Amino acid sequence: MLSIKNLHVSVEGKRILKGIDLQVMPGEVHAIMGPNGSGKSTLAHVLAGREGYEITQGEVTYQGQDLLPLAPEERAREGIFLAFQYPVEIPGVNNTYFLKAAVNAIRKHRGEPELDAMDFMQLMKAKVKLVGMNEGLLKRAVNEGFSGGEKKRNEILQMALLEPSLAILDETDSGLDIDALKMVAEGVNRLRSPERAIIVVTHYQRLLNYIIPDHVHVLAQGRVVKSGDRSLAEHLEEEGYGWIEKEAANA
Amino acid sequence: MTIAAAHLDHYRQEFSALGPQLPGSGLTWIEKTRQGAFERFAEMGFPGPRDENWKYTRVTPIEKRAFRPMPKSCVGLVPEDLESFFFAALPCHRLVFINGQYIPQLSKLGALPGAASVCSLAKALADNSDRIEPYLARYADTGAHGFTALNTAFMGDGAFLYLPRDTVLENPVHVLFVATTQEEELFVNPRNLIVAEQGSEATVIESYVSLGGSGYFTNALTELVVGDNAGLNHYKVQQENSSAFHIATLQVQQERNSRFTSHSISFGGALARNDINAVLDAEGAQCTLNGLYMAADRQHVDYHTRIDHTKPYGTSREHYKGILSGRSRGVFNGLTHVHPGAQKTDASQSNDNLLLSRDAEVDTKPQLEIYADDVKCSHGATVGQLDDDMIFYLRARGIEAQLARGLLTYGFAQDVIDHMHLAAVRNAVEEVLLAQLPNTQTIKGLVS
Repeated sequence: MLSIKNLHVSVEGKRILKGIDLQVMPGEVHAIMGPNGSGKSTLAHVLAGREGYEITQGEVTYQGQDLLPLAPEERAREGIFLAFQYPVEIPGVNNTYFLKAAVNAIRKHRGEPELDAMDFMQLMKAKVKLVGMNEGLLKRAVNEGFSGGEKKRNEILQMALLEPSLAILDETDSGLDIDALKMVAEGVNRLRSPERAIIVVTHYQRLLNYIIPDHVHVLAQGRVVKSGDRSLAEHLEEEGYGWIEKEAANA
Repeated sequence: MTIAAAHLDHYRQEFSALGPQLPGSGLTWIEKTRQGAFERFAEMGFPGPRDENWKYTRVTPIEKRAFRPMPKSCVGLVPEDLESFFFAALPCHRLVFINGQYIPQLSKLGALPGAASVCSLAKALADNSDRIEPYLARYADTGAHGFTALNTAFMGDGAFLYLPRDTVLENPVHVLFVATTQEEELFVNPRNLIVAEQGSEATVIESYVSLGGSGYFTNALTELVVGDNAGLNHYKVQQENSSAFHIATLQVQQERNSRFTSHSISFGGALARNDINAVLDAEGAQCTLNGLYMAADRQHVDYHTRIDHTKPYGTSREHYKGILSGRSRGVFNGLTHVHPGAQKTDASQSNDNLLLSRDAEVDTKPQLEIYADDVKCSHGATVGQLDDDMIFYLRARGIEAQLARGLLTYGFAQDVIDHMHLAAVRNAVEEVLLAQLPNTQTIKGLVS
């Protein structure tokens, strides 16, 4: 599904990622953990195609093709979805027609007929119910004036509507209460299937009680310093990131 | 501030030749007003770079042309030719002026309540000039600048609307000014007068359009009086061709507890300058100025607004947005002046500009002058580009970059458009806005 080899990324001349290797197979859930500033979010944004990152070395292939030359919208249409850590407020752009534009852009790319207003509303109402979002938020501008939890719900709603092949959740759990956290986890678990893969970027182990990962990677100072199974996350929870950072510094 | 002798001679000749053909000729007070205004124009000439209010807007392209203020006869237009300028589903009273001349065949006046009148200014002057004399040219400062003087000297036909006490006009009045540009050096000086007596209510729409693409000059002036507890909604939509010059003043006089709302939309013209002056001249007056300007290529658009709070308990809300692309230039100057004694004034003002290209420019200057000590006033201005984070967010959901930019531009203008209560006008403005965006059809499909 996704293969990252020796990925080096700089931002404004500053090296952030210093040789990341990661293999994600269909059906897998990977958790990427690490202290603040370790490069977790950079990795998530680079995969989604954000501008402003300079890839100085390495390669990324997604479903057998070179991912890096693709524009963000092409990646999205190929099935990559990034749930934002800080979803952007977009005044004046109505949430419903934004969602419709996104769904139809992706359907068109897949060779499926675009949904008309009626069919779209039906689909959307079903998904809104699924993620437990207040329907009133559909009439508002995208994320404008939404609470933190509402913004994250809106991200999960988009994920449910777009049904990505590779979902990347960038600290979607940060700042959420337990109910919202469970909703995020449910949204992700519902998406789990043998054809899909999920990367959960998180600072906290808590989310992983609800989304059970197949693999856990620890990022520190721009490198994957440790990979393991679920128990690695539990170990981190008990020990904190201090020992990891020491190990990274000594390496 | 000066005028070349040759230019002045040209307008003096036009003035002597035209006199008898202008509205209200034969009425001594009108002739005196015109004469006085012409003398003011002769003294002042056209505004120049040393005039603070015209610092960013050079009118040399107007000055060096020999425009001819003669109303031009229209060339057999039928209503179908103008249909796209009528607000489709809007039931209204309509006054149509072509090249400065009132055209009854193209106009449509419905039944009016009581003693209300809606007609052309020329007709009103001919029929009942006594009703007009107390108002006409009493509010707008003839000497504000050369163009107001010129308009008053050459005062052409326009709309006259009179609402007696407690009269409510159900249907809006649409005043449509069309220029057919076959005529050489066409120069129209539309003059509108709207008087709403105590407790009356109405909505007036002024629109300015062109048939044809060559240059001409519209120099409009509207005086509007909103009496005690009366309510007036004013819309102006300017979409003249991109060679046209458009200079306009809207002068508003507000009495006690009156409500006035202006929506001013500027899309067209090579050079478009709007002066909007509202005087809240009695307690409890409420004034809302809402506006949207959009300029592309080498267009120049300038809004100068001035709100005078002269008495206590006045409220003003001003919100203008601009979208500038190509090598266009925008100017916004908004002055809110709170006079001594105008306590408890509540005024807010904002101007936000979106620059869509590297070469587009805007000069924005919100100004508060406060001479009372118990007031609540705020102002702010922004100039920015489309937000990269927003563009990325949309693209990360599969929306291609150009469509993302179109949606965000549309979104930027949305709140100004949403404030327009008349759906027919709102939709028409939205159409024009959409037509200027990339991916018009796709965005239309999404938002409708």
